[in-house]
Amino acid sequence: ALASKKKSQQQMSRRYDKVVTTFSPEGRLHQVEYAVEAINQAGACVGIVGKDGVVIAAEKQNVRASNGRLLETTKTSEKIYKVDDHVAVCVAGLSADANVLVEEARLAAARYRYAYGRRVPVEQLVQKVCGLLQLYTQYGGQRPFGVKLVFAGYDDILGTYQLFTTDPSGTYSGYKALCFGQNATNGQSLLRNEYPDEPPALDDCLPLALKVMNKTSDSEIISESTAADDASPHVDLFSLSLKDLGTKDGPKVFSHYLFPQEKIAAIFKEHLAPDAAAAAAAAAA
Amino acid sequence: MTDCTFGFVGQKHKFVVVAADRSAARSIVVFKQDEDKVLELDASKLLGSAGSAPDGVAFTEFIQKNVALYEIDNGTRLDTFATANFIRNELAQALRRGPYQTNLLLGGLDRESPLYADDEASLYYIDYLASSNKVNFGCHGYASNFILSIFDKEWHPDLTVDQAKDLVQKCIDELQNRFLINLPE
Repeated sequence: ALASKKKSQQQMSRRYDKVVTTFSPEGRLHQVEYAVEAINQAGACVGIVGKDGVVIAAEKQNVRASNGRLLETTKTSEKIYKVDDHVAVCVAGLSADANVLVEEARLAAARYRYAYGRRVPVEQLVQKVCGLLQLYTQYGGQRPFGVKLVFAGYDDILGTYQLFTTDPSGTYSGYKALCFGQNATNGQSLLRNEYPDEPPALDDCLPLALKVMNKTSDSEIISESTAADDASPHVDLFSLSLKDLGTKDGPKVFSHYLFPQEKIAAIFKEHLAPDAAAAAAAAAA
Repeated sequence: MTDCTFGFVGQKHKFVVVAADRSAARSIVVFKQDEDKVLELDASKLLGSAGSAPDGVAFTEFIQKNVALYEIDNGTRLDTFATANFIRNELAQALRRGPYQTNLLLGGLDRESPLYADDEASLYYIDYLASSNKVNFGCHGYASNFILSIFDKEWHPDLTVDQAKDLVQKCIDELQNRFLINLPE
């Protein structure tokens, strides 16, 4: 009797999951939940808020495809985009959907600048994008966006760096450190243990991000050999921070920095290789 | 044009004064002598208006409610610079549709924060054609013919509050002495 009840419940949800504009009897929107599922299979993404900047590491998935060798490498990232001077966004999920949302975010940030002459506070920008995402769960009968966005930015009013994520339902959350995508739970437990009480310096965030990246991937995607292999970079490492232009009392500008492979290799060599070697030695002993 | 509003910053940009006459008149008739033409946008901003009375009231109240909405929506107050930009933008959009015939002086005080190294008071001169400039002192209307000269001579960056009061009185005296239109208040 129990087995048949379970089956009928599954069939029940199948009746209410065809259109997003219908609640299931349990009060759920199945289309939105399926959209979230689309993202759980995406490449892992790590974000870490530091005292003087934000770091994002994102695993790129199209390199893993069988024609990876034939794919032309790009200078720009397919995961991380500039939204405004002080905000960058990392995308995960359906790329086409993501492109639309990135453009909307850029427009929203620019409109704020036009009206108020100032950089938009990051949370307000995220709320605007979430307003758009919510529309596609209620009006028009169109499917939701299958995209998770990670906004990294600097808030002028608070004077701190921030990290926000959005999901297809149109809700958002703020984080000190986050990890999602494939094997995210591994990365999250590592961050729970290793993220300090106070936001760390940017230079300390970088090796932590790479360490989490290794934890979430099936094989060790950051190692001395892969990091030095320019032809097939698997991971984008990115930082957003204020950079001095070098002039005394001069203006600072925001730097959106995509780390080249040599730099990633250098960080690995300096911070992660000794631990990896020690762990290997301990395992052998 | 017969309306007069003037203002200035004082004490190394630690306070700002916005003043306006109190006459509401049309043609040869004075309706009232106690009209308040300086609106409190919020606890730290003043908006003085001069020009067409209905436009002045409609526009400044519109701005006041939008500034309040921003604070409720976003949990932070707009600073004076952003408010001036917002006001100018609204005037500019209306300019080629249905313009507001109103000149404005926005005075505001911004407290020390990550955006401001120290408390800073500022004054913005915004005219009915949607130009906006940050100024040390300014005035709108015919009265500017008289008051600007007073400011040129008497204003300096280190005005104390008492000196500011004297300066305002000097402006009022000059207007009541030399301006054709009677502005008793």
